[in-house]
Amino acid sequence: MIDANLITVMYVDLYVELLLFLIMFPLIPALILTVLRNENLRGIVVTAGAGICALGSILLLALPVGQNQLFFTVPAPGIALVMLVLEILIAGYLVMVSVKAKQFLITGFVLLQLLLIGGAEWLGLEGHAKVPDLLTDEFSAIMAVIIGVIGGIICIYALGYMREYHEHHKDLPDKRPKFFAILFLFLSAMFGVVFSNNLIWMYFFWEVTTLCSYLLIRYPENGEAVTNAFRALLYNLIGGACFPIAILYILMNGGSEHLGIGSLIAAGPAIALVPACLIAIAGCAKSAQLPFSSWLVGAMVAPTPVSALLHSSTMVKAGVYAIARFAPVFDGQILGMVIALIGGVTFLVTSCIAISQSNAKKVLAYSTIANLGLIVACAGVGTPEALWAAIFLIIFHAISKSLLFLSVGTVEHRVGSRDIEDMTGLAASMPKVSLMMLIGIAGMFLAPFGMLISKWASIHAFSQALPPFGMILIVILAYGSAVTVFFWAKWMGKLLEVRKWEESIEFQISRAEWAALIPLTALTIIACFGIAPISTYLIEPFLVMTYGPISELIPASNLMIMLLMLALIVVLPVLMVKILIPRRNLRRYMGGVTVHDGLMEGSIGMKREISLSNLYLEDLFPEAGLSKYGSLITIVLFCVLLIGLISGGVL
Amino acid sequence: MAYLSKSPWILHYDASSCNGCDIEILACLTPRYDVERFGIINTGNPKHADILVITGGVNEQNRSVIQNLYDQMPHPKVVVGVGICACTGGIFKECYNIAGGVGEILPVDVWVPGCAARPEQIIDGIVKALGILEQKRADMSRAEAGA
Amino acid sequence: MNTILTAIAFLILAPVIGVLVTGVDRIITARMQGRVGPPVLQPFLDIAKLFEKERVGVWQAPAVLIFLHLAFMVVTGLIFFGGGDLLLAIFALTLSEVFLVLAAYSTRSPYAHVGAGRELIQLIAVEPVIILTAVGFYEVTGSFAASDIMNFSGLPVILLPGIFISVVCILTFKLRKSPFDLSTSHHAHQELVKGVMTEFSGSTLGMVEIAHLYEIVILLGLVYLFFVGNPILGVLAIIIVYFLEMLADNSTSRVKWLPALRGAWIITLILGGGNIIALSLL
Repeated sequence: MIDANLITVMYVDLYVELLLFLIMFPLIPALILTVLRNENLRGIVVTAGAGICALGSILLLALPVGQNQLFFTVPAPGIALVMLVLEILIAGYLVMVSVKAKQFLITGFVLLQLLLIGGAEWLGLEGHAKVPDLLTDEFSAIMAVIIGVIGGIICIYALGYMREYHEHHKDLPDKRPKFFAILFLFLSAMFGVVFSNNLIWMYFFWEVTTLCSYLLIRYPENGEAVTNAFRALLYNLIGGACFPIAILYILMNGGSEHLGIGSLIAAGPAIALVPACLIAIAGCAKSAQLPFSSWLVGAMVAPTPVSALLHSSTMVKAGVYAIARFAPVFDGQILGMVIALIGGVTFLVTSCIAISQSNAKKVLAYSTIANLGLIVACAGVGTPEALWAAIFLIIFHAISKSLLFLSVGTVEHRVGSRDIEDMTGLAASMPKVSLMMLIGIAGMFLAPFGMLISKWASIHAFSQALPPFGMILIVILAYGSAVTVFFWAKWMGKLLEVRKWEESIEFQISRAEWAALIPLTALTIIACFGIAPISTYLIEPFLVMTYGPISELIPASNLMIMLLMLALIVVLPVLMVKILIPRRNLRRYMGGVTVHDGLMEGSIGMKREISLSNLYLEDLFPEAGLSKYGSLITIVLFCVLLIGLISGGVL
Repeated sequence: MAYLSKSPWILHYDASSCNGCDIEILACLTPRYDVERFGIINTGNPKHADILVITGGVNEQNRSVIQNLYDQMPHPKVVVGVGICACTGGIFKECYNIAGGVGEILPVDVWVPGCAARPEQIIDGIVKALGILEQKRADMSRAEAGA
Repeated sequence: MNTILTAIAFLILAPVIGVLVTGVDRIITARMQGRVGPPVLQPFLDIAKLFEKERVGVWQAPAVLIFLHLAFMVVTGLIFFGGGDLLLAIFALTLSEVFLVLAAYSTRSPYAHVGAGRELIQLIAVEPVIILTAVGFYEVTGSFAASDIMNFSGLPVILLPGIFISVVCILTFKLRKSPFDLSTSHHAHQELVKGVMTEFSGSTLGMVEIAHLYEIVILLGLVYLFFVGNPILGVLAIIIVYFLEMLADNSTSRVKWLPALRGAWIITLILGGGNIIALSLL
């Protein structure tokens, strides 16, 4: 019997190399792609780069992590200085563009952040070396797989999508080399965020993702895109400013040895609560929680792969990742509950807004914000069960939502619209893509599929949380999940509303797009079937490591029932279809005056095509009004949080 | 296994009746006659109906409508013509727009003459139709077994 | 072992009980209207007849989706009466409902389309109460498992009066009774034809009806849980609640969907939400 820790010691060198490799490697394709003009070569580089990132992250997951978090110090003395220089360069660039666009608020925030982080570096320059730079455990390995695998798949999808994008938008300048280079730069930064132990490192990568997001949102370079890109930048900078403040606070109070995430959490709420809350504010901005949420909705002007990669599956997850990291600090704290309430209110309000949207990408955007809200709520509650739910939400949301974004992107290029109303009867004209979309949607809200398990676990967790906050969160969740059912189900219904069988138009879909859609569909299904092993081998060890021994989360028997239900959904239609299908197809009943299927006879013999539109309930759930009230409530909650922080976290 | 005759759901269509027979049909649903005692329900939907009850003569405008309703009913099904107009066109027979009785376009199984047909008569006609319905079901299952 | 027996008993007995309940319902409704009404077994005769009819449809999907609707209604009952997790049962119920809605959408009939939209409205009107009910039982008994709740010796209704009233209110939606009979148009078939059910006929419609029988038994089981410590009181409560639903059905006209949704949500929020929040503070 070999001690598990012994194995990890043997692997330590491999680990540090692998982590650095994952952070540094994407820069190579990024550099190559900047200069590469040939489209075929670009395809090869992107595919190879994405493949290597994916393999690297899977390798990390496959290595035995042992029972502890692993910390590493990168043996490169000048690296802090390099980062500082790069930060100054980024700040310089942002100052330049913002001054040019007369966005002086942004200039102000960039300079403020530079000042703060400069102060922090100056204060903590000596203590720096003591803090390990990198860490890895199951949680960051899961995040790495999401970034590597899903990010890689989306990069490959972007190859086909962007070619068509420029065929559809001939007026736009073709800046694809830069586009793909930024995508890979972004992957590198994301790996950096999830592997950082040193908060200064994390902050650096955090800012790089903000920069990438800004650059990619303004890719279409029209007035709307530029405005929205600046809005995204501004909101992320406002939140981001809290990050260096947290670092400064740690340096002034606890000393630089708490600058590492591991030691900070270990120090307990007395020291960690204030910085954790500050970082949570930064995370809320990054994860587009109310009142910051409008930047993410605006970001939908970017090409769809960008929305899928940055604004649903990875970058916005960096925010919730940071909050979830500090979940143990929030456990049982009122300030944690305030953060949870911010997430909860965001979940409810944005779910309601999603009902009134018919633009598919906007529905996806709002539902992304809503799910991030739910993750924030779980992380804010901070109990082991809540964290379990949060991590599962992160996993399932990343997979299902990127599948949905990509299939919407594919449909958009065939149908020429991203409106859900234009997807009527898509099951006939694009059966395979529709099936994938249905699987993706089912993954978002239906019982045996992924997200619902997390919702279930969060109800369990909230019911044990600090009263009465836990119960308030449950009431929010009860309404929010009802609303969620509404907008997803009506979308599914729209896809199935088949008038007549038309010829499939799926042959137009490029190989690169299939190469992304099929694996993502497979991943959605595999993840649903694999809940039990994911829980046992990845999440529970992480929770045990973070919290010590934990009670049983979701009883295994219930997981078995879920799997059976999933199997039923797959098996029953196949088994029963022969027995059930109608012997004879009749026309639809249309009051007796149907002249032909789908046609209705009007006055003086006029024949009219019926058109069916879904309910959008704009009067009940007006977008503007709801965001206004939602923002008001969350701003009040943020004020409570700040007051709590200023009074020293003793609230 | 004769459940069909214990739960006959009807579809009532007013072709071009003067409403006299229609009122009598609706009277059958009232507490006085209460045909729900026999499991009869007045559905509004040919997809759910077993018996098509038509009042009034067929006119040129609703020819296709009647045909359509009949076609949309699943087998086995029967047609009951209620009132003299449904049988022959009645006093409207010679009108320029009247094609005649329902028999002009549909295979009517039971005729219930009268102007207006009395509720007792209508119920009696429906009960007669039930026998034919059962017969058709038996034929249908025999045909299915044979095929 | 006991739970498995209960589950099997549910599988077989639920349709029987469902038929009897709806049969008696139809007789009492008829008596309230001054009529005699059909035989008690009429619901059974109706369903049996539907399976004798020719199998027709619009295309393949609706029948398959309806079968899934029925299957997951049964699964819901099996989880519930088998003593499983209450939340899991609720999610299975939602899944089942969503299949019904999808089946209605997939027929692409204008009537079914409007019905499906309204069915979804009903779904979101009811969903919060049902989730809060599960949480309320958790607060009282300390467990989400139906088996633990069934072994509870007290009367949960004493601590959950707000939740109980909300459940009674939303039961009208679930039993498809006036004033909340929005989507299937059970009585006034002129406006929507038959709502979600318009295009289902023969065995497909039969499966919808069977699913509804199971659903009735599950809902009455939920009502029983409020009185679980005292079986006699429980049965009495079921009878009284069901009678009240019938009375409401026969004495009210249908409301529009917006007031129905608003009403259900406000009652849930004030009575249901207030109940569990107050209980957590006790």
